Amino acid sequence: MASLDARDGDGRRASLLYDPTARSYVYQALTVLIVVWLIWQAWSNAAENLARANMTAGFGFLSGRAGFDLGQSLIAYSSDSTFARALVVGFLNTLLIGVLGIITATIVGLLIGIGRLSNNWLIARLCTVYVEVFRNIPPLLVIFFWYKGVLSILPDFRAIRAGVEKAKAADPTVGDPLFIISNRGISFPSPIFQPGFTAVWIALAAAVLGAVVFTLWANRQQAATGKRPPALLVSLGLIILLPLVVFLAAGRPLAFDYPVLGRFNLSGGGLISPEFLSLYLALSLYTASFIAEIVRAGIRGVPKGQFEACGALGVHPSRAMRLVILPQAMRIIIPPLTSQYLNLIKNSSLAVAAGYPDLVQVGNTILNQSGRSIEVIAIWMIVYVTISLVTSVFMNWFNAKMALRER
Amino acid sequence: MSDILSTTKGAHLGYVRQTFLDPQPAPKSSSTAVAWIRDNLFSSVSNSILSVLALAFILYYLPGVIDWLFVSAQWTGMDRTACATAVQGGVRPDGWSGACWAYVGDRFQQFMIGSYPRPEAWRPYLVAALFVVLLVPMLMPSVPRKGLNAILLLVVLPIVAYVLLLGGVFGLSHVETALWGGLMVTLIISFVGIAVSLPVGVLLALGRRSNMPIVKTFCILFIEFIRGVPLITVLFMASVLLPLFMEPGDTIDKFLRALVGVSIFASAYMAEVIRGGLQAIPKGQYEGADSLGLNYFHKMSFVILPQAIKLVIPGIVNTFIGMFKDTSLVSIISMFDLLGVVKNSFSDAAWLTPVTPMTGLIFAGFVFWIFCFGMSRYSSFIERRLDKGHKR
Repeated sequence: MASLDARDGDGRRASLLYDPTARSYVYQALTVLIVVWLIWQAWSNAAENLARANMTAGFGFLSGRAGFDLGQSLIAYSSDSTFARALVVGFLNTLLIGVLGIITATIVGLLIGIGRLSNNWLIARLCTVYVEVFRNIPPLLVIFFWYKGVLSILPDFRAIRAGVEKAKAADPTVGDPLFIISNRGISFPSPIFQPGFTAVWIALAAAVLGAVVFTLWANRQQAATGKRPPALLVSLGLIILLPLVVFLAAGRPLAFDYPVLGRFNLSGGGLISPEFLSLYLALSLYTASFIAEIVRAGIRGVPKGQFEACGALGVHPSRAMRLVILPQAMRIIIPPLTSQYLNLIKNSSLAVAAGYPDLVQVGNTILNQSGRSIEVIAIWMIVYVTISLVTSVFMNWFNAKMALRER
Repeated sequence: MSDILSTTKGAHLGYVRQTFLDPQPAPKSSSTAVAWIRDNLFSSVSNSILSVLALAFILYYLPGVIDWLFVSAQWTGMDRTACATAVQGGVRPDGWSGACWAYVGDRFQQFMIGSYPRPEAWRPYLVAALFVVLLVPMLMPSVPRKGLNAILLLVVLPIVAYVLLLGGVFGLSHVETALWGGLMVTLIISFVGIAVSLPVGVLLALGRRSNMPIVKTFCILFIEFIRGVPLITVLFMASVLLPLFMEPGDTIDKFLRALVGVSIFASAYMAEVIRGGLQAIPKGQYEGADSLGLNYFHKMSFVILPQAIKLVIPGIVNTFIGMFKDTSLVSIISMFDLLGVVKNSFSDAAWLTPVTPMTGLIFAGFVFWIFCFGMSRYSSFIERRLDKGHKR
């Protein structure tokens, strides 16, 4: 780089003080020194503080007994499980709320975003009000709001139990209800898969594979002849009927675990807790308001001529939206949508306020119980950074797939 | 006429009309209310169905909401009996439900300044008044002397606020930060977050675009790491780990820890917004500054940054809005911002009724909404104003 090589008029090298290359080395060396000094300082202080508290840093504690119960877990867990298992339960719960929230927020956001552009004045205004209300309120407040709201709408558990007991006294053949909706949550019979059920899973996988193959074939058929075979109908039929037939042939290898009304609590069956419900509703509806704005901007970014061309070709408006406008809008939509998905996953850490056992809530319990602050916070950071990276990589791949292919 | 048609060649062709069409009736008026309703609500069958459904939805829910919020609401009262039904030990008839604004009125000072000693309450209110007096002219583009205004708002006001709020000098009694709370804390944290994140964000953004590989790597690592984790973990880090990293024996104020956490978080987001602005500046501007012999500092502060920041003002305001909302998270590390104070008052025995939590949350939501909505409106106003400069 000739321009960076500072020389004076006679061609001799100028003083090192004015040499940009030398300067940049000095700046960088200073930066490294400062950062290393800060880290070393923090590290040595932390070590000294820990030594005073008779503690050592390390992840050995993870194999210890947790000793606390969790409200919801997707895998077997009891208070005798290890800390590590508790964290895995929390991680899975974070993923569960993240995935369900993303799906719901995308659907609601898409509808609201399209609704805001509707010719129908009333619908457009309603959608605007929705967006402006939810966008400008902290998500934490929305979670509290739903928590109080959901709890106040759901009937009291004790009242339900009293009602069922009365019915039982009058008629001994009456059992516990299958579905119980109360302020303890929504409980339902949970399926227990018996050994023969593997065949049904295989049938389902085969049906999905068949549906994909048929749809691909239908696409090619449509490209070749202009007529589309009923791909959706055949796919749905395949996916529903094939597993059903195998299920019946295998002798119905499925049992249910029914909820039981205990004296003080519900046992058995599956339970959707009010904590989960309020967090799920709050996150989905909050993020949906942002997605709606992204969708709206994306659709408005598609030139109006595209709509008009569809009209001129006689394409029905709903088909035009689905086949012409949305695919083009997707290119504008996907990058900001990615950051909204990431926001939703990160906001799911607000579970700690609602009492839903996600990664942060479980970690917080461990932190309070064992005082392992450095380790727990390190685990949080690593897990969230990893989730963020994986989501970005996936969405970047999807974005590249959807991007305009210019020839 | 018809003989003209018959004499032309086209008379033998099937696609040429032989007769004129009947005149159509004049189009219906498009300026009356009926026409507006027809065009905007009932233009097609599906539109009509949607309109009817939307109208039914509004008519079903809106009266109940208005009734709960205003008509049935309890506006005056000294304690919980005013908002509880007879069964719950109050004076309202059975089955009554409505907002309990009496509770908000009674706890209003608590919601504004938390547990700040009441005889000293004039101090936060004076700071708030100064803030408004300095902020309003700052926001109005037509008011002159922006430089002086900015110095007063960003340098003098924080010093005055620090002295007034914390006290301990000039005969003012010392007020611990543990007593601070309410909207005051929300605003202080947001203000500090904004004031710190702008310069730090600029530095980080410049670092990320610099030619020095080590500086660049540090900036990228910091920005991407902080942006990859939730604010709540950063706040936990600030509140739990910061004391651990201090010299043994040193303590750090809890309020300060929250400020550090929020500032770190906001800086990373601000850096990305400003980087967007830096990238949008044409290369010629950099080269022009170089060719004039400006050094890096002059090039950035006189040529590049003024243009870059102007470009991303909407993004900056959006970051402010996000940060304002995010300050509510400090209530999780047991600090009492507006939301924390409101939530804390739910367990207050003097106002323990079934309608109190909802009323409190609606009030807090309304306050947050006013601030955020105001900021977003201001942002779009500025956006339109700045846009004019580029129109030819």
